[in-house]
Amino acid sequence: MAFYFVQFLTGLASAASLFLVASGLSIIFGVTRIVNFAHGAFYMLGAYVAFTLTERFSGAVGFWGGIVLASLIVAVVGVIVEMVLLRRIYHAPELFQLLATFGLTLMVQDIVVLIWGPDDLLGRRAPGFKGAVDFFGQNIPSYDLFLIGLSPVVLGILWLLFQRTRWGVLVRAATQDRDMVAALGVNQKWLFTSVFALGVFLAALGGALQIPRDAVHHALDLRIIVDVFVVVVIGGLGSIIGAFVAAVLVSELNAFGILIFPKISIILVFLVMAVVLIVRPWGLFGKPEAAARRTPGLTVNPWRPLTSNERWLAISALAVAAMLPLLAGNYALTVGSEIAIFVIFAASLHFLMSVGGLASFGHAAYFGLGAYGVAFLAKAAGLPMIVSLLMGPLLGLLGAAIFGFFAVQLTGVYFAMLTLAFAQIVWSIAFQWVTVTGGDNGILGVWPEKWAAGPASFYWLSLGIAAIAVALLRVIVFSPFGFALRATRDSLLRSEAIGINGKRVQWTAFVIAGTVAGFAGALFAYLKGSVFPDSLGISLSVDALVMVLLGGVETVSGAVVGAIVFKALNIWLVSQTDLSKLVLGGFVVLIVVAFPKGIVGVLETIRNRRRSSSSKSSSPDSSLATSRIETAE
Amino acid sequence: MSMVPTLLSVENLSKSYGGVHAVRSVSFSLRSGEILALIGPNGAGKSTCFDMLNGQNTPDSGRIKLLGEDTVGKKPRQVWRLGVGRTFQITATFPTMTVRENVQVALVSYGRQLFNLFGSTANYARDEAGRLLDLVGMGAYAERPCGELAYGDLKRLELAIALANQPKLLLMDEPTAGMAPRERVELMRLTAEIAREKSIGVLFTEHDMDVVFEHADRILVLNRGSLIAEGTPEQVRGNPQVRAIYLGEGLVYDARHREGAGA
Repeated sequence: MAFYFVQFLTGLASAASLFLVASGLSIIFGVTRIVNFAHGAFYMLGAYVAFTLTERFSGAVGFWGGIVLASLIVAVVGVIVEMVLLRRIYHAPELFQLLATFGLTLMVQDIVVLIWGPDDLLGRRAPGFKGAVDFFGQNIPSYDLFLIGLSPVVLGILWLLFQRTRWGVLVRAATQDRDMVAALGVNQKWLFTSVFALGVFLAALGGALQIPRDAVHHALDLRIIVDVFVVVVIGGLGSIIGAFVAAVLVSELNAFGILIFPKISIILVFLVMAVVLIVRPWGLFGKPEAAARRTPGLTVNPWRPLTSNERWLAISALAVAAMLPLLAGNYALTVGSEIAIFVIFAASLHFLMSVGGLASFGHAAYFGLGAYGVAFLAKAAGLPMIVSLLMGPLLGLLGAAIFGFFAVQLTGVYFAMLTLAFAQIVWSIAFQWVTVTGGDNGILGVWPEKWAAGPASFYWLSLGIAAIAVALLRVIVFSPFGFALRATRDSLLRSEAIGINGKRVQWTAFVIAGTVAGFAGALFAYLKGSVFPDSLGISLSVDALVMVLLGGVETVSGAVVGAIVFKALNIWLVSQTDLSKLVLGGFVVLIVVAFPKGIVGVLETIRNRRRSSSSKSSSPDSSLATSRIETAE
Repeated sequence: MSMVPTLLSVENLSKSYGGVHAVRSVSFSLRSGEILALIGPNGAGKSTCFDMLNGQNTPDSGRIKLLGEDTVGKKPRQVWRLGVGRTFQITATFPTMTVRENVQVALVSYGRQLFNLFGSTANYARDEAGRLLDLVGMGAYAERPCGELAYGDLKRLELAIALANQPKLLLMDEPTAGMAPRERVELMRLTAEIAREKSIGVLFTEHDMDVVFEHADRILVLNRGSLIAEGTPEQVRGNPQVRAIYLGEGLVYDARHREGAGA
């Protein structure tokens, strides 16, 4: 019994950091409506800076002062980030905000390694809390007891801050209606900045307080951010009480999950989150959001099929690409195959995201499922390559059918988080179910058969499948189904009022996208000759998002260009510099801020401008000065 | 008149939110080809009534029968399949498509081609879409991006979309809100013409009394969730209770509603 009680207390102690970080994220979201992906990075920075300061200053004052000072320093960094970056993207679509803050996270990962080195750092024990308390023969670190006491205190202080101060009233008002608060003459800029500073301070404090418990390392950010997403989604975005309750719930689930179901401990938390999202999509303590903002939709340029000239251009480009084996060596062909595979992957996400308006943050799940599907069929069942290649992606289809059904019940940020959670579930299964998936060691020896084994033949195979996939998706975009899908994206209200079952249409799109991603994954398994949990991971999902964004979210075929440029750049960068994440992250931030329309989007804008200036006289009339009430919602 | 079949019959419809009775035991009926206006002050329950009629909202009690079929509990898309077209107070269209494509999507749905993955939408019912657009006077704008349209044109486009399933009943929630005075009268005249020609029943809410009194065959007056009057425009205009609650008296009313129109 005593053992379980101690386990319970350990859970509570872990909840402290989680609560601090989650409440910070929640406060920031409540006011600015930005889901700050970089919150984990601030947490990690807090830990690193606190490590340095507590090493430098001695004694109890040095330790505790160092922790608080570290949090303040990171909060200042947060203020700079807010003023330089976030102020530019407050009115951008959610997707762009998530990506920009993810870009920041990537940059911080490399910066941290640059400054503190790649090794784990062990911090000082907290003065005054070095020992342990004996509880019926079980030891509880006294620092844990301190943390358990701390979170209710922080909760209380936050409550007082929001209920009893003028600033708190303004923040609560802004949480309900930003525009009204601005109309009342409140300086919104500084309100946002101060809220962001508080949120970052809490995140950094959460990180700093972890150093006596845990080693500091450069993968802390992603680990905490996924947990924090789970906490705020369960608790309700924008609710501090919700963050508290959910942090405790999640930590206890982790603490006891390991005892009861050691194999699926990670999954348990995500299952709870999925259930909460489905039963109460706005979280336990959250409030239902008004109509979600449309994800894409910066422009109103209607899409149109290729003209015959453009079709010839595309076919010629494909023919040129097919001639690569005549010119290039084996390495270039392998790179070419990889690029072709990522064109398929990016095109499938683009279909879901741009055509369907559903920005999935866990699209790699279906890519990876396709890869594992092939590995099972080829290795375990010993089926011939062509059969495996065709049947493997069915695992992606199955996954997309199951997860997609739940995911399309939600929209916007919540959709993004649920897809991310599902991807993490799949990743956990691949990682933990060692007997079937080989766990971290993956499944090796998935080599193509002789007819496709040469670099040139495999390149042609990949290129051919990529061409078919892209053409097929394009046909679907302009099919009646494609229009129905765009209709649900443009206006759920109107599409329902003309007899469209939006959820079923979106579900179908999810399954199509997942299946196509599965084909990409299947080819990838053969290209690498192996499958690892990485091919289901978050970073792969984000790569895909960046490819789509780079090409242009609002274009029909931007994903193709985005995938080629991104993948080529990525492979080149990794070979050139050790700081590929820093460069890549900076690149992502730059696109979001400077070229939100992406490469193809910019080209289209230039072309349209030319066209309209040459045919100005023929346009019907000039009632273009419109009153678009619709977008003013 | 009694030869014309009843299209819609509503019996004892009620809905409350907490302690507020948004709609209280409202009953009325509508015949094919008839134009019925639902008027009343803000908060009278007009929109709640409307949303219950097309399935957006579920009544606490009461019955709604459309051509003999019970529609309570049906979703908006199912009510649409029964032959109900709807326009919204704030227009709902597809801004990233052209005007023609907006109508084509509705026709795709009507033709049950929503899950056709490989056809071409561009050629789907192109002429039919053109005819509908001509009908509402939008033919010249067919290839324009919908997101560029002026608000009055969006209202007309919405009407074309609402006509795509050859509806028997049109539900129009403040069809002329946000439009210039001349456009208002024209849009309603157009609607009335189409309705009479195709003998479609029209139920609309409206704050512009010029529009209401010129085009409605009958008027229902709602106040605090209850029907307080029903009858021809003359009967309603002469009703002292309606004047007290909503229309106001004589010249005062005329001047005030012109200034405050669209609010």
